Amino acid sequence: MSDLDRDRIDPWREHGLTTAEYELIIQLMGRKPNYGEMALFGIMWSEHCSYKNSRAQLRKFPTTGPQVIQGPGENAGVVDVGDGWGVAFKIESHNHPSAIEPYQGAATGIGGIIRDIFAVGARPIASLDSLRFGALDNNRTRRLLNGVVAGIAGYGNCLGIPTVAGEVYFHPDYQENPLVGAMSVGLVRVDRIFKGSATGVGNVVMVVGAKTGRDGIKGASFASEELSDSDTDKRPNVQVGDPFMEKLLLEATLEILDRGLVIGLQDLGAAGLTSSAAEMAGRAGNGLYLDIDKVPLREEGLTPWEIMLSESQERMLLVVDPIRVGDIQAVFDKWDLDAAAIGEVTGDGYFTVRKGQEILARVPAGLLTDQAPVNFRSVREPAYFKEKKKADFICEHEYGDVAELFKRLLASPNLASRRWIYEQYDHMVGLNTVGRPGGDAAVLRLPGGSRKGLALTVDCNSRYVYLNPRLGGAIAVAEAARNLAAVGARPLALTNCLNFGNPENPEIYWQFVQATDGLAEAARILDIPVTGGNVSFYNEYNGRPIPPTPTIGMVGLLDEIENRLTVDFKVSGDLIFVVGKTREELGASEVHYLLTGRDEGEVPELDLALALRLNQFLVVAAGRKLLRSAHDVAEGGLAVALAESALAGGLGVDLKIELDVSPPALLFGESQSRVVISVRPDRSGELETLARSFALPLTYLGVVGGRDFRLVAGGLALVVPLAELADLHQNSLARLAAL
Amino acid sequence: MRGRAVAAVLVFPGSNCDRDCARAWEAVTGQAADFVWHKETRLPDYDLLILPGGFSFGDYLRCGAIARFSPVIAEVKRLADRGHYVLGICNGFQILTEVGLLPGAMRRNRDLLFICRDVYLRVENIRTDFTCGYSTGAIISYPIAHGDGGFSIDSRGLRELQDKDRIVFRYAGPDGRVVAGGSPNGSLDEIAGIINGRGNVLGLMPHPERLAEAILGGDDGRVMFQSIFQTITGATV
Repeated sequence: MSDLDRDRIDPWREHGLTTAEYELIIQLMGRKPNYGEMALFGIMWSEHCSYKNSRAQLRKFPTTGPQVIQGPGENAGVVDVGDGWGVAFKIESHNHPSAIEPYQGAATGIGGIIRDIFAVGARPIASLDSLRFGALDNNRTRRLLNGVVAGIAGYGNCLGIPTVAGEVYFHPDYQENPLVGAMSVGLVRVDRIFKGSATGVGNVVMVVGAKTGRDGIKGASFASEELSDSDTDKRPNVQVGDPFMEKLLLEATLEILDRGLVIGLQDLGAAGLTSSAAEMAGRAGNGLYLDIDKVPLREEGLTPWEIMLSESQERMLLVVDPIRVGDIQAVFDKWDLDAAAIGEVTGDGYFTVRKGQEILARVPAGLLTDQAPVNFRSVREPAYFKEKKKADFICEHEYGDVAELFKRLLASPNLASRRWIYEQYDHMVGLNTVGRPGGDAAVLRLPGGSRKGLALTVDCNSRYVYLNPRLGGAIAVAEAARNLAAVGARPLALTNCLNFGNPENPEIYWQFVQATDGLAEAARILDIPVTGGNVSFYNEYNGRPIPPTPTIGMVGLLDEIENRLTVDFKVSGDLIFVVGKTREELGASEVHYLLTGRDEGEVPELDLALALRLNQFLVVAAGRKLLRSAHDVAEGGLAVALAESALAGGLGVDLKIELDVSPPALLFGESQSRVVISVRPDRSGELETLARSFALPLTYLGVVGGRDFRLVAGGLALVVPLAELADLHQNSLARLAAL
Repeated sequence: MRGRAVAAVLVFPGSNCDRDCARAWEAVTGQAADFVWHKETRLPDYDLLILPGGFSFGDYLRCGAIARFSPVIAEVKRLADRGHYVLGICNGFQILTEVGLLPGAMRRNRDLLFICRDVYLRVENIRTDFTCGYSTGAIISYPIAHGDGGFSIDSRGLRELQDKDRIVFRYAGPDGRVVAGGSPNGSLDEIAGIINGRGNVLGLMPHPERLAEAILGGDDGRVMFQSIFQTITGATV
């Protein structure tokens, strides 16, 4: 029995289509689809490719602004950074492959997002990673952590693209379904941005780069299912990365783009040739045919549909003028890569798959790309939402030895220095990394002797999102924006990586709707458009969902890179302040989790108007060189932020804090929109005036100096030698991660 | 000073510090460097060839093991034999040991992890044309970024490097002390960089080009490029 005339009961189920979807296909096509056509629909209508469960919600995001050159829908968003340059950027997840095979899953995640960036004609200049794992106290998590970090390092380092920033959190609910998000950022001349569009009837379709093999078949539908115990046999679904091949592909592709030899291009990602070709045709409103006999193969015996669905890495699809085919082949020849003409753009609107003269499938391209049913899923507020708001917080007298707790926090998996991870990444190659990992945001210089700086960050506190999805979604945006402002940069635009459980579960879908509503609201008020992103549903293991994790990747701009702010305290005698309001807020905090193992309580309030003023204040203060340091207050609260600034500068602090909240909330509460700053004593008057002009609360905390972390607040005194904190903070993750 | 370019950066497929080397060279000397593709078989008489860092040919085998067969290597040897300067940084150093222009070999880092961070180096020999701008025993900072940087060599080879003063850089602490076992990668005798007997071929694992401009966090690397440029052209920069 051949692939093509298979006639089994409910054959569409094999392709992940529901009966209703199958009937819709028959209605739209006016006939029954054959096996291959069903495979096309199965892939193109999967959540991964069609966003059928999320599209309605994503339309709520603000996507425009004077700085936006290219919004969602293309391979990557592009924002204007002046001087004729655009910054292309996008984040994407590679969760399920990384759960099965952490090294290759993470490596190919990096590889895929980097191809999206050079597909718009940009040279990738930086990567960021966003990782979530289970509790670190077990071997599987440590194996996953080591494998994922090594995979990102192995791929990115070899390519010579620095990994400059990232975030990682540990929580038991990610145990079997870790999250691996990769963000890539590239530079492109604004007049040389390429589109993934198959324009021009008669133009030639080429596949370039690696040969096609049997790896990663049906990765897209794999990504649209829940994981279960039986999934170790899905290892063949995981693609294998070859960063050397990607490096060759990158250089060859940029060379042909630079020489103007290409009309449109797109990377081959999920569902391989099928989705790339269909999307390129769909965007142009054209048809296109592919002849699978012409695809260079790595091995013999691949069936037509294995060729069409293979997710072999390091390949691109080009649309070129027929007279350029020879020039393109010459360039790829120089790099010892294949470049094969495999099809043509047609005017008939059909996506046609041929094997020689035999037609295997023929479907209107628009049906595949634009007609997937949009699902408006039902929502239900989960019972936990109200229950978890109630929590008994540990009272002051129950804290025991505060110094011990403080040390435990600084050494805990979620707060310890990430040095062990980022030192495995080449974060300097390219000679652009001015603000290295370890600060609030990475800062890169821009080309051509520009005085500007590009700031990059990625962030999400999923505990907040779990406990209050709407507020948590908004906080994720506000936090990312504050990271950028804390280095002195204006946020320009954001990309998101929306990781959730099974959307068919109304409680999960409620999380999704609430979180994206919060995200949209914050993006609107803070005036940060969304230029693209990725949705990853079905992040569950044996029915247990991950905490909702809408990760935000954000880019910002400094007018003068020399004015960038850093977290480290620099000079003894400088005065330390906190900007923003500290409230009696211990809900959803890291300290509460550390002490109780419970995610509960009210998520901290967020005043978006104040958040915006704080960001503006920081940009102005940086421009005036008013501040000696700035550091965002986040998980672990004021005490942890102060310790990080002290440790980064290798200078102690002497603090006497008077705030109208309980000592636990003062030290470890996570009130939003706060930044710890230090300033020269003779400029504190200027600081007070500026803070007042932005209507921001400013509280004096103490002075920089000495060798101890010394803090007095109310009846509480905390004194720890800095050297002791340094070891705990700097080396703890390496110890916890050791296999 | 001569008007033409004196330096070229070799580009192997998989080189990824080629642009960085050229950029640092230009930032320090004001002169553009040429790029030379690894398939070239005839080179002009460049005064300086830089073999940059990266992962030549992916380095899935021993680092540099494939690059040594590139056509351009014959030219590298020819120019080196005639006394022209050759500088191998990181993967470039690994390639030079594979080619045989420098002795020794690099092993996986002691902790089996890739390491990217600034390290302190003690300049052990300032009588080379690459390091003449440094002061004796200077403690400088260059970044390292490698997974295979543990320098190793047989005991005879090591003695020769020591006796002939061919160890140019050693890994040190911030106070300049070199401590046995104190290298980040497990290098024998804490060796970070060596020179050939004739004094015209230098290889080192740390990256001077990454800290040649103050905005990147330091400019200790500047002095190396100044030194060699000055030696070649007689011009100060």
